[in-house]
Amino acid sequence: MLVYTFDNTLDGLLSAVFDSFYYHEMPNDLLTAGDAIPLFCDRIHEVHTDEDKSKRVWKGLENKLSYIGLSIITISFLSEERDKNYALFSYICKAFKNPNKISIEKNFSDPDVLLCTQTYRRVCYEAKRMKQFLRFQQAKDGTYLGVIHPDHNVLPLIIDHFKDRFNDQCFLIFDAKRKYGYYYDKEEASRITFSEGETLPFDNETGKMNSDILSDNDKLFQDLWKTYFKAICIKERLNPKKQAGDMPRRYWKYMTEKQN
Amino acid sequence: MLTESTIEKLRILAESAKYDVSCSSSGTVRSGKKGMVGNTVGGVGICHSFADDGRCISLLKVMLTNYCMYDCAYCINRRSNDIKRATLSVSELEEIVMEFYRRNYIEGLFLSSGVVRNPDYTMERLVRIAQDLRTIHRFNGYIHLKSIPGASRELIKKAGLYADRMSVNIEIPKEESLKLLAPEKDHKSVFEPMGFIREGVLENKEDKKHLKHVPRFVPAGQSTQMIVGATPETDKDILLLSSALYNQPTMRRVYYSGYVSVNTYDSRLPVLKQPPLVRENRLYQADWLLRFYHFNVNEIVDETHTNLDLDVDPKLAWALRHPEQFPVDINKDDYERILRVPGIGVKSALQIVNSRRFNRITSYHLKKMGVVMKKAKYFITCGELTNMFSGPTIGINEIHPERLRPLLLSDKQKKEINDRKQLSFDFDA
Repeated sequence: MLVYTFDNTLDGLLSAVFDSFYYHEMPNDLLTAGDAIPLFCDRIHEVHTDEDKSKRVWKGLENKLSYIGLSIITISFLSEERDKNYALFSYICKAFKNPNKISIEKNFSDPDVLLCTQTYRRVCYEAKRMKQFLRFQQAKDGTYLGVIHPDHNVLPLIIDHFKDRFNDQCFLIFDAKRKYGYYYDKEEASRITFSEGETLPFDNETGKMNSDILSDNDKLFQDLWKTYFKAICIKERLNPKKQAGDMPRRYWKYMTEKQN
Repeated sequence: MLTESTIEKLRILAESAKYDVSCSSSGTVRSGKKGMVGNTVGGVGICHSFADDGRCISLLKVMLTNYCMYDCAYCINRRSNDIKRATLSVSELEEIVMEFYRRNYIEGLFLSSGVVRNPDYTMERLVRIAQDLRTIHRFNGYIHLKSIPGASRELIKKAGLYADRMSVNIEIPKEESLKLLAPEKDHKSVFEPMGFIREGVLENKEDKKHLKHVPRFVPAGQSTQMIVGATPETDKDILLLSSALYNQPTMRRVYYSGYVSVNTYDSRLPVLKQPPLVRENRLYQADWLLRFYHFNVNEIVDETHTNLDLDVDPKLAWALRHPEQFPVDINKDDYERILRVPGIGVKSALQIVNSRRFNRITSYHLKKMGVVMKKAKYFITCGELTNMFSGPTIGINEIHPERLRPLLLSDKQKKEINDRKQLSFDFDA
């Protein structure tokens, strides 16, 4: 049994594909450095991430896959479900080996293609949900803050949407799970992190902005929104199951209308 | 400046507006502009929240005022109802919209109003708010304006320049029923504004062919709504009207609103313990068949089937009535026929026709793709179902529709049907 290990980056994954073709061998599994090595492992090949290799692989892929097919690779990688790495690896290999004129990404009867496509859809779906459920609070200096806690690393996918929509307001969107965020200053968005020991401007549990920096009328708009949320419901049609299906409970903790 | 009293007003006016179903922010793509706030994303739009009744909250759905000079029996805001009345000032409403939007609470505004003085007076105030939002507040998000029945052509043409979508509610599908419940309204006052909107959009389209810069006119088209269960109309009446509306250009959505007994004292209306939610759901399913599944309205309802089957969905009901159309061969038949198989949706049908160019599709693949095999297996043949080792195919033509039907019901449904039977049996005895 042959196992490849890589450094858990997309460049690393593409380099692994390069190595696989270079040595004319197909590994039985693709693990990240530090994973437990399976029992009957004969040989481990450690993939060195090399940007030249990954670029070459990507260029080749551009000839083999459509825009969507390429997005399936980049976006499903953001899922951070690392057990899907091998499926993604095989998907890329199959794209190169595909003798057909029709691109492999359309073959949903192939388990790897189907799995990657489904992961891609799940990540896109969560990105959409973050566009839906993110709530901004305004600080005294006019900056808006939104805190999210997504299952997948979707922040890079949604930042353009918010840049386009709120191009005249400064805002910070922070991923509380991965501890990084993007700050937009009306010109461009830059990635930021809070260093160890620095006090966060918000409560990690509720996502509420600290009261000393919250703008004066923000409370009023939060109350208005909560009132509206209650008023718009038709009591005769209560349907908590549908509500929880469309708006899963795990997102509620940072949503204004669901906070007390 | 907003105060505590605004909260109370918003509460009253939201409660008055909530029986309007439409809330979608779909149908138009417009990216952000420098110096303006907002964009619209198109596709299916964005729902920002879901209320406790499971309905989506995409737009700020609110009435400018719930004072109304009409006395329509089905409406909560009718003149003779003793409810709290309120009116939002223009500046209050505009501030709420802008601040809500900036906090990512909403996609935009869905503004409607009770009719005060006369339709034109009311319509003019709605148009003014849309105009202010676009020109003063530089709002680039979604605006859905209700067009007041009976409003003039000029005002509708003006409203269309600022709104993304407009709607006029039909409410009651047959004119004689409408006359009974809302003596002050008629179908002309509904269909005329609809015609104005359509005219405007078509003119706009024509202008675009010849001129370089043409302002947008209701880019997301129009929608309408019908109340279900308040009047004796059958599903056939409702669906025939929907289908006729969809055949007109610019009509994007018809909404169905299960009647909620709001005015229980009015003897012209039925007293319902529960809104007809199942019937409403079946109508939406039928609506989907019309819009996405290439069904013709006559295939869903006809002279002998004037109402939709409440126990099974309309697609399955159609399939049970037409065993001669099955089985469908997943590997050979064209997309249209695969789309008609119960348990296969648009997404799976597309996946099937794409994948079968590579290899034969078997029931294992179908299951993986998300096809509901519990239903679909009686209506298809694919790779291994015709395999000589797996025994003879058992499909709709072998079992016969009347014996297949109970197999497709859930245990809960069977129990309900059984209870109903027992109840009627007791009466007979």
